Amino acid sequence: MTQAERLGTDDDRVMRRGFALMGRGMREQRLLTTVSVVGSIVFGFMTVADAWVLGWATDHAIRPSFESGDVARGALLSAALLFLAVAILRALGVIARRLVGGIVYYRLVATYRRAVTRKYLALPMAWHHRHPTGQLLSNANADVEAAWAVFMPLPMAIGVIAMLVAAVVAMVAADLVLTLVGLVVFPALFGINVFYQRWLSPRVTHAQALRGELSAVAHESFDGALVVKSLGREAEETERFMASAHELRDANIAVGRIRGIFDPLLEALPNLAVLLVVVLGVGRVASGAAEPGDVVQVAFLFTVVAFPVRAIGWVLGELPRSVVGWDRVEAVLRADGTMTYGVSDLPGAGAVRLRLEGLTYRFDDAEADVLTDLDLEVAPGSVTAVVGSTGAGKSTLTSLLIRLVDPRSGRITLDGVDLHDLTHDALARAVAVVPQSTFLFDDSVRENVTLSADVPDDEVWAALRTVQADGFVARLPRGLDSQLGERGTTLSGGQRQRLALARALVRRPRLLVLDDATSAVDPEVEQRILQALAASTADGDGPTVVVIAYRKATIALADDVVLLADGHVTARGTHAELTATSAAYRDIVDAYDQAREVQS
Amino acid sequence: MSPLDRLESPEAPARETGTQILRRGFAMAPALKQGLGLTLLLAALSTIGSSVVPIVVQRTIDQGLGEGRRTALSDIAPELSLAVVLIAVTAVIAYWMRVRLFVASETGLADLRVAAFRHVHDLSTLTQNSERRGVLVSRVTSDVDQISMFLQFVGIMMVISLGQIVVATVVMAYYSWQLTLVVWLCFLPLVVSLKFFARRLSVAYDTVRRTVGEMLAVIAEPVVGASVVRAHAIEERTQRRVDGGIDANLDANVRAQSLVAVTFASAGVAGGLSNAGVVAAGVALGVAGQLSIGTVIAFAFLVSLIVGPVQNATQVLTEAQNAVASWRRVIDLVDTPADVVDPGEAGATLPDEAFGAAFESVSFSYPDGPVVLADVDVVIPPRQRVAVVGETGSGKTTFAKLLTRLMDPAEGTVRLGGVDVSTVSFAELRRHVLMVPQEGFLFDATLRENLEYGRRGASDDVLMRTVDDLQLTDWFASLPRGLDTLVGQRGESLSAGERQLVALVRSALADPALLVLDEATSAVDPQTELRATQALERLLEGRTSVTIAHRLTTAENADRVLVFDAGRLVQDGTHEELVAVEGVYARLHASWVAQASLGLDQH
Repeated sequence: MTQAERLGTDDDRVMRRGFALMGRGMREQRLLTTVSVVGSIVFGFMTVADAWVLGWATDHAIRPSFESGDVARGALLSAALLFLAVAILRALGVIARRLVGGIVYYRLVATYRRAVTRKYLALPMAWHHRHPTGQLLSNANADVEAAWAVFMPLPMAIGVIAMLVAAVVAMVAADLVLTLVGLVVFPALFGINVFYQRWLSPRVTHAQALRGELSAVAHESFDGALVVKSLGREAEETERFMASAHELRDANIAVGRIRGIFDPLLEALPNLAVLLVVVLGVGRVASGAAEPGDVVQVAFLFTVVAFPVRAIGWVLGELPRSVVGWDRVEAVLRADGTMTYGVSDLPGAGAVRLRLEGLTYRFDDAEADVLTDLDLEVAPGSVTAVVGSTGAGKSTLTSLLIRLVDPRSGRITLDGVDLHDLTHDALARAVAVVPQSTFLFDDSVRENVTLSADVPDDEVWAALRTVQADGFVARLPRGLDSQLGERGTTLSGGQRQRLALARALVRRPRLLVLDDATSAVDPEVEQRILQALAASTADGDGPTVVVIAYRKATIALADDVVLLADGHVTARGTHAELTATSAAYRDIVDAYDQAREVQS
Repeated sequence: MSPLDRLESPEAPARETGTQILRRGFAMAPALKQGLGLTLLLAALSTIGSSVVPIVVQRTIDQGLGEGRRTALSDIAPELSLAVVLIAVTAVIAYWMRVRLFVASETGLADLRVAAFRHVHDLSTLTQNSERRGVLVSRVTSDVDQISMFLQFVGIMMVISLGQIVVATVVMAYYSWQLTLVVWLCFLPLVVSLKFFARRLSVAYDTVRRTVGEMLAVIAEPVVGASVVRAHAIEERTQRRVDGGIDANLDANVRAQSLVAVTFASAGVAGGLSNAGVVAAGVALGVAGQLSIGTVIAFAFLVSLIVGPVQNATQVLTEAQNAVASWRRVIDLVDTPADVVDPGEAGATLPDEAFGAAFESVSFSYPDGPVVLADVDVVIPPRQRVAVVGETGSGKTTFAKLLTRLMDPAEGTVRLGGVDVSTVSFAELRRHVLMVPQEGFLFDATLRENLEYGRRGASDDVLMRTVDDLQLTDWFASLPRGLDTLVGQRGESLSAGERQLVALVRSALADPALLVLDEATSAVDPQTELRATQALERLLEGRTSVTIAHRLTTAENADRVLVFDAGRLVQDGTHEELVAVEGVYARLHASWVAQASLGLDQH
């Protein structure tokens, strides 16, 4: 097997796979495809019929009228009606072909977009981590469109085939000899078309790839626009972009040269063929072997059919792009892995007792465990701070607690119930994790906090109050209804974090996990938030809180501090106890202070 | 509403028509016009080839197939040969024209792309941030692509179709002006309805574009927000939203497509009508002795000569809307004023030695927004180390941006070294002043290339010396590939802390007289934090600097602290002076202290 065959990129395999893809699409949209193909065939037949009517009119209306010197009324009327009937049927055919054909394409794209996004929601985070977001977005958008792109010219191409068949039949009926010209010309045209597409295809693909590169250069440059501006590097950036733009320009011109050769060729040949028909026709009429009407008909058929033959070439041209797009889409649809959730609810109410037993975890391509046989018990209603150096596994812990990932071994229980046994909803209701990076939806403030749950506004305000966000939300132009996201109000990092906190709190979680969730918030405000949280826990009202601590203030609020090192808990106690007993702990916490000492 | 939005909204001054857009578009990319005359001439000539055949057929019919059937091949041979020659020549002309078209259009559009790209960088930070990145990128990529595809595929067809229609009309008129009139009468209703369709199609395409944008935004949720969706178990809600966006887009597409299909179909009906008309009128006239049979039959051919181009022309019109819209968007971008203007070469120069800064009654507010800074007066002597503090929204970041002229004040003057900042050329300004934002942004390249952004053409020696100066030698040694290290997209191969270190080295290389720093806040491991602090100390030595402080120590170690509250400069002094007095600074300081130490009475 050659390299090309193995990659499935050589021409025959592409053809086969492309046709298989077309078959698949046609099966899925059976009714509409049939309608559009029928419409296309009707269009094709009617185009041929036009020529036939002209021939008929020539022989039955025009010639007799001229020869007799009298207008052959009846025949003329029939001819006129025939022309109109053909025109209307053709119009209906083209509507069926273009509109219904278009609907088939758009429906296929919509169906597969839904399927791909459904997959995205079903696949576990581990899979998401392996695939860059840019690629996933492209899979759902551009790739799905490319996969079905072949369906745009398809109905026309099928109609053209029908047209060709009808044309050949009509031509044979008119004059066999003249038809022979057609039997030579049409395949020649078709062959040239195929060759044209083959020559064109890799160049078009190349230009497409360059387009992608250009987009990436522009995107990165605009992302760093502030840096570019502050360092005065606009000219350099423009040079960089210009180089890429010129590459694209040259690639497009290369495509243009090929098109420049073939398009005129494909137009000239049919014209030459008509002249040939005329030449032969004159001879045959002179020898009495054919009627003038036949010659007219055949000539007309040529002029009318030759151009649409290109549609077949278009379909073939789209096949490589379709196959490539489909491959990417299929990769997503075939991916396996789901998170299996349990069937139980979490009984009871209020803060839970959290227990981690023998937890072991390692990243997919890592050589060592991040967490090794970790044991930890957190009393209900307490506030526990987790401290550790970078890479100790703190953030991994938070991912495990919300089951974004699953441990290799060991288990996590809430009030004795294994996380695995809980339904997805029960888990999400019981545990709320607030990560450092916030994601806000293109939606109102209310929606971002409640996530469409049935929560009365005063509870939303209560949550916002706890996180010290009620102030700025009240000042927004439309309060809770203000639109956020890229098109709406831009919030500062600290404001976004506070909304994410409110989002977590409004569901009254029984376990709250904070991972550097207040990093961008002003220190004064952070204090107030942590105090409010501590207060609600002390009242017995709030959740069990686990805080990943990066700052001393956070440790200050905790009842208990846990030191995470070498993948498990190496020390535990109050801050004072640990400071006294653990050198490692002192090192880490003191490092927060060390920055201070160097200054003075 | 962003400035770019303003130009697109319905309340905007009367939108330019399609032709005006085209004219401006051509003005913006002069390469498009290069040799346009010859190209159009060639396009016109290329239409001759297709008109040749029906004429030949007509004459052949008249002579060979008409009365008497007397003709031998030799009678029509000269005409046939001429026809063949014409067809061949036309094909060559068509090739020539197409190549010229491709070269001119691609060159012109590449220039347009680059101009638009440069303009985006020339826009003020404010304008840049008011628009989605993706939108700006599409202005220089897909929007220009649309124009390109239009000019090359559809545009040619338009010119050729029009040419064919003109030639066909001329030829028809030559044979029979009466039948020509009949044909045009049959096409008249089509022309009228096209205007109606074009407008509705424009609206339909606008809807399609809008739904595409909304759909893309909502499809991002299961991808970019994957962890949030799972953490809150909102998969069903997300799927519903995605389905909604997809369905809206589907409906919009179908609606637009139905308009296109009807438009296209109506051209064919007009053709059928004229076929009928020609035959009927032709026979009537012919019997009356005004036309030969050959003419009548040839006319039937000529009608098809006109139906094809008319159908193509209607198709062109439908696609023209899209292209004009794209072109309009690109023109709007280039038209957006860079509200912070570069005085250019005529600008003043800044002093070569260390200089200070001054704000004279400076105020600033965002367009349609609240006042961010009010009446700020402050003088910063050379080499002073200043810390700026205040809560979020107090105006401190705006202060920093005005100082580096990333924005212009609404009122008042900002001076550097006594010179009005708005009179200094950008090139001069960037040489002396540097603003270092919170997030160290790195380009997807090697460490060396990223550092060279600080100083063009700096040799490896210079780079290493700067690293040593900042006492970062041991960190640098820990990088296995040293200066060749690839930092990844946005520097993601390095940790957040390491990105800050790179930004510091880059700043040291730039060696500005005035350094304005927006302190990073995200958590960084203590060791890197230590290194960064030390490097920063070295960097700030002997330089005029203004640091937006987020840390206790920054304010404590500065020569002077400026305190902002609700847009006003409320306190100004050293740390010792301010902490002793009741006020905003004392409050801020107290909370910082609480954050940094452990208050045992917290519970």
